[in-house]
Amino acid sequence: MQIIENQDVYDVIVVGSGAGGGMATKQLADAGFKVALVEAGPFFDPADPKTMTQLKWPYESPRRGANTDRAFGEWDMSWGDWEVEGEPYTHAEGTDFMWWRSRMLGGRTNHWGRISLRFGPKDFKGKTRDGHGDDWPIGYDDIKPYYDKVDKLIGVFGTNEGLENDPDGFFLPPPKPRLHELFYIDGAKKTGIPVYPSRMSMLTKRINNERGICFYCGQCSRSCSVYADFSAGSCLIFPAQKNGGQVKLFVNAMVREVTTNEEGKATGVSYINKEDRKEYKLRGKVVVLGASACSSARILLNSKSPQHPNGLGNSSNLIGRYLHDSTGSSAAGFIPGLMNRKVSYNEDGTGGMHVYSPWWGDNSKLDFPRGYHIEVWGGMGQPNYGFGFNANDFNKFFGLKVGGYGDGLREDVKKYYGSVVGFGGRGEGIARKENYCEIDPTTVDKYGIPVLKFNYRWSDLEKKQAKHMQDTFEELIHNMGGHLLGEKPGKDQDYGLLAPGQIIHEVGTTRMGDDPKTSVTNRFQQLHDVDNVFIVDAGPFVSQADKNCTWTIMALSWRASDYIIEQLKQQNI
Amino acid sequence: MDRRKSIQTIILGASASAVAFHGCRVENTEVEVSTVTETKYFGRTPEEMERLEKLNAEQLFNAHEMETISVLSTIILPPKEPHGGPIEAEVPEFIEFMGKDIPEMQMTLLGGLMWLDHRCNTKFGVEFKTAQLSQQKQICDEICWHNPDVSLDEQPLEIQFFALMRNLVVSGYYTSKVGIADLGYKGNMPNVWDGVPQEVLDQHGMAYDPEWIGKCVDQSKRHIIAEWDEEGNLLT
Repeated sequence: MQIIENQDVYDVIVVGSGAGGGMATKQLADAGFKVALVEAGPFFDPADPKTMTQLKWPYESPRRGANTDRAFGEWDMSWGDWEVEGEPYTHAEGTDFMWWRSRMLGGRTNHWGRISLRFGPKDFKGKTRDGHGDDWPIGYDDIKPYYDKVDKLIGVFGTNEGLENDPDGFFLPPPKPRLHELFYIDGAKKTGIPVYPSRMSMLTKRINNERGICFYCGQCSRSCSVYADFSAGSCLIFPAQKNGGQVKLFVNAMVREVTTNEEGKATGVSYINKEDRKEYKLRGKVVVLGASACSSARILLNSKSPQHPNGLGNSSNLIGRYLHDSTGSSAAGFIPGLMNRKVSYNEDGTGGMHVYSPWWGDNSKLDFPRGYHIEVWGGMGQPNYGFGFNANDFNKFFGLKVGGYGDGLREDVKKYYGSVVGFGGRGEGIARKENYCEIDPTTVDKYGIPVLKFNYRWSDLEKKQAKHMQDTFEELIHNMGGHLLGEKPGKDQDYGLLAPGQIIHEVGTTRMGDDPKTSVTNRFQQLHDVDNVFIVDAGPFVSQADKNCTWTIMALSWRASDYIIEQLKQQNI
Repeated sequence: MDRRKSIQTIILGASASAVAFHGCRVENTEVEVSTVTETKYFGRTPEEMERLEKLNAEQLFNAHEMETISVLSTIILPPKEPHGGPIEAEVPEFIEFMGKDIPEMQMTLLGGLMWLDHRCNTKFGVEFKTAQLSQQKQICDEICWHNPDVSLDEQPLEIQFFALMRNLVVSGYYTSKVGIADLGYKGNMPNVWDGVPQEVLDQHGMAYDPEWIGKCVDQSKRHIIAEWDEEGNLLT
């Protein structure tokens, strides 16, 4: 089969349209460069009524929102989840990793939790702090100006609290806490756990005339049709196009490899057009990978040539290594004080939590080195499939019978509606060379592209951290006058530590550093081996913090884009 | 509506759409969201639509079983004015669909329905659906309680069946239009969140911390474009 070559030469080819690729597209197009943006999934606009799920009612679907087709329920705006039809991945025996992919313009930013946390000064210097992992080659001062710019461009609510490792920013005002969040604030106070307004990228206040303001439906995971939350399409790619930028979109285009010339420099990419299942080539002066930490690693490892025999940019043999996800462990409690609620008002609020607890502990006094933050959920949410299951299980806490039938069930449902509060601990795992993804030479996806094989195991440090989470949640529920639901997971269940990949914060596969032997990119996310290839997703992260990674992906992508602009202007690349 | 007809509606629905307008007034702030709603697509991808059509074309329960499900549903959750019951909530159709969508439930549902008739025949010489209400309740009373500390998987089929049916009936009802009205859920529409009403705070013995609230959004200024000083203090 002949590869079809496009004769246009782009200044920059950006692969992937999520947080990293979207930001690079915006910055490079705004600077006047001709950009080809290549996305593996179809076009998606949150405002398109055909695909929109926002403000749908459960009864509009025969399955009432059940998660048979979409892992997070059928209103969740992610096309693709831990499984994508025709795109498998494999595991080394005895290891585990779950790999979420959203195949659509904007990628995972369409459904993400919008928890937008800056890394703090300590997060860039983990090894100096406790001897684990490695330090980043950059520090907070390098990234701070970009966090500031991201805050102002995208919009994030929160409060300046002057915290040492949870830096201040340019925040929109936060929404008031909901009732169960007030219970949480009280409960946390009793244990000395601080609680602050959450920091999330929804517009509680106008930031420009192009985007709408939050109307408090609580459905950010469905992607906001008035663009009041951050999605890469609505906030970066479409604005870049409207701004007169030269952005050519290639959708349903699954990149196979970065192509190179005899000098080993990148010449563009080759991709499979999913519609006609033929291979095409695009030519560009610079290639920017923002396909996600694992997808970019896969593309590089599949880009073999005589100049780069083990994959592009892989002279260190570190591509795919140091893969790590946030840790996660959860618990829920039944809070009798939240029973018999008045349903006189709408408390959907913004999507997710209005309050949270950043890490408060002192690890030098604990048996694990890194922290976690606490996410809180609860409230009188929209009923969907599963609502009302085990309607009166909580009777057991009052010595009453469980089960039965008849009019009493209605009363039980109403009595207990909104009385459950849940906690998610999201923490930092240590980046380890032994945790990695690699190419599985025996398996291809339906486009004929070799797939990834994962090798990942948690260590005792992450398990001890999860134990701390469980003990903390139990205490919080007790403080709130509640009952822990379900069995508290013990050692045999790794204290409820979720499988790697389940928190969907995977980072580290192409880590940055000053030494080409121990890192894949330099501090500007440029491959050490190939000066016209950059990585703007979470691959270059040296370590995940006890924060969510999206805000840092965008700040670093903007920083890398500024560097690319400068290098292109100086004709260095 | 028969199954074939409903498929036709779904296909036709692809081109039919309705404009829904939601508005509400909070203080002096008008919130307007105009959304064009595809009535039958509910945001499905073509692949998802194909699967739905395939499931809709299949039949899990025969007419007798559907009638039995209807009868049992209304015993589990009797209709109550003004918000009806399982029939108005289309619970039997929902159970038929879920049985196909999550096939792991099929044996419990089909087997449980057989058990109901067998038990009712043995005891009263009549099928469950045509038995008297008092007889039907006698059967249900045998199987409607369970020990919540023992996993359902380890309990007899008929106990599992009743628990599953109760879950599906309650969930089906409270995810329907009439059930949501009965519950009183006020969300899923544009509004302006400005905190928990005072009487609700009072009921639960809670209060807002004035310092915290002082940092929160002033909803009367939400339309004014945000500007900050160099320290990140919001000026507008």
